[in-house]
Amino acid sequence: MSTTTRTAHHPERQARAGQPQRQSGAARTAHTRSAAGPSPRPRLKALLLDHRAGRRGLPLAVAAVVLVALAIAFPGAGSWPAALSVDLSGPLGRAGDWIIDNRDGHPVFLYFFGHVSNAVVVCVRAVYVVLLAAGWVGVTALAGLVALRLAGLRLAFTCVAAFAVCGLLGMWVPTMQTLALMVVAVAASVAVGGLLGLAAGLSPRAGRALRPVLDTMQVLPAFAYLLPMVLVFGIGVPAAVLATVVYAAPPMARLTALGLREADAGVLEASASLGATRRQRLLTARLPLARRQILLGVNQAIMMALSMAVIASVIGAGGLGDRVYQALASVDVGAALAAGIPIVLLAVVLDRTADAAGARLGAAPLPPHRQPLLRRVFEGWYGRLLTVLTAVAAAVAGRMAGTSLWPESWTVPIAEPVNRAVGWMTDHLYSGVPVIGGTADWAARFTGWVLDPLRSGLQATPWWLLLLVVGALGLLAGTWRTALTAVLALAAIGVLGVWEPSLDTLSQVLAAVAVTLVLGFAIGVGAARSGRAQRLLRPVLDVCQTMPQFVYLIPVVALFGVGRAPAAAAAVVYALPAVVRITADGLREVSPAALESARSLGATGSQQLRQVQLPLARPALLLAVNQAVVLVLAVVIIGGLVGGGALGYQVVLGLAQGDLATGLVAGAAIVCLGLMLDRITQPAKES
Amino acid sequence: MNVNRRGRRRLGAFAAVTALALLTGCGAADMTRQTSPYAAAEGAKTVTLSVQSWVGAQANTAVAAYLLEHELGYRVDTVQVDEVPAWDALSQGRVDAILEDWGHPEQEKRYVQDKKTITAGGELGVTGHIGWFVPTYFAEAHPDVTDWKNLDKYADVLRTAESGGKGQLLDGSPSYVTNDKALVKNLDLDFEVVFAGSEAAQITQIRQFAKERKPFLTYWYKPQWLFERVPMTEVKLPEYQEGCDAEPERVACAYPHTPLQKYLNTQFAETGGEAAEFLKRFRWSVEEQNEVALMIAEEKLPPEQAAKKWVERNRQVWEPWVR
Repeated sequence: MSTTTRTAHHPERQARAGQPQRQSGAARTAHTRSAAGPSPRPRLKALLLDHRAGRRGLPLAVAAVVLVALAIAFPGAGSWPAALSVDLSGPLGRAGDWIIDNRDGHPVFLYFFGHVSNAVVVCVRAVYVVLLAAGWVGVTALAGLVALRLAGLRLAFTCVAAFAVCGLLGMWVPTMQTLALMVVAVAASVAVGGLLGLAAGLSPRAGRALRPVLDTMQVLPAFAYLLPMVLVFGIGVPAAVLATVVYAAPPMARLTALGLREADAGVLEASASLGATRRQRLLTARLPLARRQILLGVNQAIMMALSMAVIASVIGAGGLGDRVYQALASVDVGAALAAGIPIVLLAVVLDRTADAAGARLGAAPLPPHRQPLLRRVFEGWYGRLLTVLTAVAAAVAGRMAGTSLWPESWTVPIAEPVNRAVGWMTDHLYSGVPVIGGTADWAARFTGWVLDPLRSGLQATPWWLLLLVVGALGLLAGTWRTALTAVLALAAIGVLGVWEPSLDTLSQVLAAVAVTLVLGFAIGVGAARSGRAQRLLRPVLDVCQTMPQFVYLIPVVALFGVGRAPAAAAAVVYALPAVVRITADGLREVSPAALESARSLGATGSQQLRQVQLPLARPALLLAVNQAVVLVLAVVIIGGLVGGGALGYQVVLGLAQGDLATGLVAGAAIVCLGLMLDRITQPAKES
Repeated sequence: MNVNRRGRRRLGAFAAVTALALLTGCGAADMTRQTSPYAAAEGAKTVTLSVQSWVGAQANTAVAAYLLEHELGYRVDTVQVDEVPAWDALSQGRVDAILEDWGHPEQEKRYVQDKKTITAGGELGVTGHIGWFVPTYFAEAHPDVTDWKNLDKYADVLRTAESGGKGQLLDGSPSYVTNDKALVKNLDLDFEVVFAGSEAAQITQIRQFAKERKPFLTYWYKPQWLFERVPMTEVKLPEYQEGCDAEPERVACAYPHTPLQKYLNTQFAETGGEAAEFLKRFRWSVEEQNEVALMIAEEKLPPEQAAKKWVERNRQVWEPWVR
């Protein structure tokens, strides 16, 4: 499912990496370099002098050597100076108290937030009541018919089967609750994101102003803004929907803006010459031309909203996420899985349908007589009408048969066998495995040999040296602006007064990213070379990526004990699929001509890989690094739930204790870490 | 050009009218009365109960929900929320009742005494106690470990990869009441508090330790079903005296024994009819709670089924509640 890779962070950038005709500057450099095949020394020289990064790298390397010497000469300057930090707990605590005390009476709440909240409740309720009234027969029929119209018979069957499984697992009502929440949240995200994207796409100035806002919205871990939402709206659906909109709107905005900006200049010229006004041009030419990107944006919004639906369960959003969360309280992986599977299924079905709809928009319509009969029946506006009518008929029939809720006898209990499997795994793998040792030993070694030295190393490094290193890395990755953003983000962490826990988190992120990249590149290379491996991997990756992260909570603790090691394990599981996909895609898109010529020169398989494929796929690999960093950071909070400590724990603590100061400061620090890491790992930009 | 300007003016007027309508036309929206959109979807009377993440609380809610549904004809929604946000939700009417509260003086003052949006619902009948525990097999082999003064001797045995050279004191979810960091510091112990971050993680870790009969020291609480599976012995801390935990930074005494309380949303308590009366009368013992909790946590029965079994076996206990 190529689209789930896009779920990942910057769809815009990813879309670019996926399309060879818009290859970035660095890719082109790499191409000419390896095609010329120079001997090592001129290549090094070329790298240092011609390459943008190389030219800067030399003085930076010298500076680094000098600075490290200085740092060793003046030890003991590890932590951030207290004089340079600001304590926000006072004002933030007062702000929290003010909100709670005034929530029932202040006009802002009575006349604004109250109405927003009511509107959300009314909308979700309306959708939910309709879904319940349609019954399982009606909902399944409607889903199947819509899939049939948009994507054909196969997907229609998948769709019907997916809904049937939701029922079979005994999750019909929670699935409908999640679906109702999703429908409203996605509609709102698409509306908000579409408007922002329209502004950014039509006016370059608005685009520039919006970019940092969108960046922040995306790097922001969802948990960090749950807390303010809860304070203002209270727990429950309104806060959940609004948090979802904040999370899901940016990709929609980005892709809409991208689509508008890239509209074919020729077509626009033509429509302008025909005397169309600005608005006419927008409605008749630019928007239709941007249709594919906009649809991709909708797809993205759906995927992001679905992943948020689970996180929002922490603040009482109900539905499937709540079932996962409640199951975990009684340490019941099986029940958590039973609620997790419908989420995966919803994601797969929605994603494939939106994908197919997007593909159909691009393709030329088949002449009617060559279309399959069913497709012809459901074509056009009367097809739409027919879809609705058929679904209503099915719903009425279902109700007359007296089965509006899924019959309870038709359920399959999977919890017990799953729990037995997990129990066996932890009994036999935790310790005492001959030769390689149990997972507990690995966890202890990983903690002792990797995490501890990394953490103490980072915490002992003088703060100014860290700032300089980050600045240097930023310069190597991009422009001085990239470097400045990265340095400011790191400095902000110090100013917020959470320097030590942030470095603790950073050490965990770096270690988890390293493991993710090693595994991800290895699997990605394998998948790129064998079509069968790829087909086998695809469903596994789908599941890893869409399964709510909470489900991993118990298995990782059962395998690795409480601490930072299970947190790293959960992060690796979550980030691995994106890395594998991007790597495999990147390697497969390497120009066949270059590979062919290498093969004709007698290069062996590994030579082809090392000297042609990997250098040519460099932009994709860089993107994979960036994605790994961002996704691993997204799991930091989950780490807080399994003993990872540091920032993740503080955010969880803030949420659990309603402590705005702790939670918000830690959340802000995660944002800064994310911004910094994102900037210094950004794939080389188009110059 | 002309068309364009007119269009813009029309848009502006529309926006102004909409804003005005929003500000004045619809009147005030009361943030204190907003129930879940899923409540009462098919015209039923609904009660929303908050469930906390520990199994004891799940047991209370499961039995209350079962009786409300089958004896009194209500529809019950449950929402899992942490304790402090649950108080907030209770005050706003998002949930109608909390059945097991371990003592939140700050929230009690704010909501029960000052704002009066929450009403006390009486005692649950269960007394809670937090403490430090070691597994009984370890306490039997080393009887002196049950006094805090001797804990330092065992710091070495209790060390893990996470505790960085010191002994590990395993703590639980950040939402639980804890003074452990202050205790370790003020009692000058050679221990590091490691937060498991969630009860689920802590239970999993304890069971893993117990399976291998490894020594461990953990923050834990009674009543708890896990004692039936992993017998644990409490470590004596300096005795609790009224007010010795008043200053969080300077605590150096054990945790108190707390009779657990129920709380209801004030409006629900007054107008909730049979349901509110039932929840006020709901009161059971530690053994009864544990019986249900064990079925949920050990036999992995869904809470409804565990509650059903218990209700069928204990008619004489719950009959006075529903009257």
